[in-house]
Amino acid sequence: MTPLAASPPDSSRIGRSGTGWDVARVRADFPILTREVRGRPLVYLDNAATAQKPAVVIEAMERYYKTGNANVHRGVHALSQEATLEYERVRELAAKFLGAGSASEIVFTSGTTAALNLVAQSYGGSVLRPGDEILVTEMEHHSNLVPWQLVAERTGALIKAIPVMQSGGLDLASLEGLLGARTRIVAVTHASNVIGAINPINAIAAMAHEVGAVVVVDGAQSVPHLRIDLQAIECDFFACSGHKLYGPTGIGLLYGRQSLLEAMPPWQGGGGMIREVQIERSSYAPPPERFEAGTPPIAEVVGLGAALDYVGRWDWEALVAYEQDLVAEAARKLGGVSGLRLLGEGADRVSVLSLVLDGIHPHDAGTVLDTLGIAVRAGHHCAQPLMRRFGVAATLRASFGAYNTHADIDVLVEGLQRARQVLG
Amino acid sequence: MSSELDELYQSVILDHNRTPRNFHKLDDATAHAEGRNPLCGDMFDVWLKVAGGRIVDVAFLGQGCAISKASASMMTQAVKGKTVQEVRELFEQFHSLVTVGDSGGGGTALPAKLEVFKGVRAFPIRVKCATLSWHAMRQALDAAQKEET
Repeated sequence: MTPLAASPPDSSRIGRSGTGWDVARVRADFPILTREVRGRPLVYLDNAATAQKPAVVIEAMERYYKTGNANVHRGVHALSQEATLEYERVRELAAKFLGAGSASEIVFTSGTTAALNLVAQSYGGSVLRPGDEILVTEMEHHSNLVPWQLVAERTGALIKAIPVMQSGGLDLASLEGLLGARTRIVAVTHASNVIGAINPINAIAAMAHEVGAVVVVDGAQSVPHLRIDLQAIECDFFACSGHKLYGPTGIGLLYGRQSLLEAMPPWQGGGGMIREVQIERSSYAPPPERFEAGTPPIAEVVGLGAALDYVGRWDWEALVAYEQDLVAEAARKLGGVSGLRLLGEGADRVSVLSLVLDGIHPHDAGTVLDTLGIAVRAGHHCAQPLMRRFGVAATLRASFGAYNTHADIDVLVEGLQRARQVLG
Repeated sequence: MSSELDELYQSVILDHNRTPRNFHKLDDATAHAEGRNPLCGDMFDVWLKVAGGRIVDVAFLGQGCAISKASASMMTQAVKGKTVQEVRELFEQFHSLVTVGDSGGGGTALPAKLEVFKGVRAFPIRVKCATLSWHAMRQALDAAQKEET
């Protein structure tokens, strides 16, 4: 334990009482859940956008700024050494949390988007040749699509997409035909940020590896809802964000296979990523430092560490069962709202649901819900190709986290019925 | 229901959402622009027929929320027959209405009907919805005037 770390974890597992998930106890850890919105208790169902933060995360960041602020990897003084120890402790913690083989396979980035851009520019930029192919899916978030478009434009590579079926699942039958000798990269989301669909990464990876392609997984939406074990997931890169995992914004993780990271050129140049610098050329530090140019978001790393300490004490089996129960009940009860349709209902999913109300624009429904203190997301969710696939311009998305309750579902259903009333 | 919500979704707005006026393409338009909100995917095409410095016809098509669609619909009614200068003044007044809740007066009085959009100010995120078609219209006018000069 370094001086900046939170107090030692309680040995009793939090979040569990009897056989279930002790949601009341978890809720008590999140200060924001006591606030009111427009005179109503907050019902926060926008977890897929960002999760709320437990007090331990907020306090850890405050403690860092109040008592430990210093740059990392640079000073001989005590504060810098403490900050560096904590920074590297969090890397170890993240590696352990994700099941990475080693902390040197974990690169700190500003988030999932930066992690995916890093892979696209550094790995993609160095291996792609004109006519090579990048395979994505129709359900990708723009952050696992646009970076590939940028590198494709630069290298002359082509982009193809695995279709999404009406059920919300990927059309794996088409995968064999899409993969070929020119496929270099398969970029796929672990769980859809729109419909929650969980993709069978190992099945995809087995076929992708067969043709020699690397597999890049966007884990932004899976990490908060599933126990991730990179030893069991056959991917080559895995990206996720701290802020969806109850940590701060501005910090994310990129896991990359050691051999791949070692062969990759730097993405951004600057301090901290070099071995030796001359006026005309430099040599670079080994990974992960090679990919962390400049002063990193240290307070955010400290906050992420507190979040990982916190969620690391959860009983994830109980959490997953609880969230699955929530989302199943939500789907069932939402089905009772007249003119309501869920998108991609046939797939296994994390606790993320997208719905459309016949004749009512999601923004209008979202505003009605807002007046009732309910926070949901309305829009295209940065997944326009998926919107097009389902023939809608936008949806209303409700996403459930560890602190949501069955009562939240009832408030949501009432709110949607109210929207139907108000908007006709 | 909250009074803010009542004020936002007045029956006239819901009516224009359900049956938008001048909701078609204008084949003999002299100006056109597209309004697009990349955050929500709302998009509208606005067509204007300008003759002798006056909007002689106006129409729109597209998709969006009740606020954006009703606003576009009522805008077409408000600007038809007005001079380009008057329409530019209306833009400023409408913008002021939905952001600060007061049109601020000025040369060309804002039609009283448009006061129904006053409720938008309680929902700052929806200001873009209410002004999307107005911005498109102004853009069309700008393009048309640039072509003339």
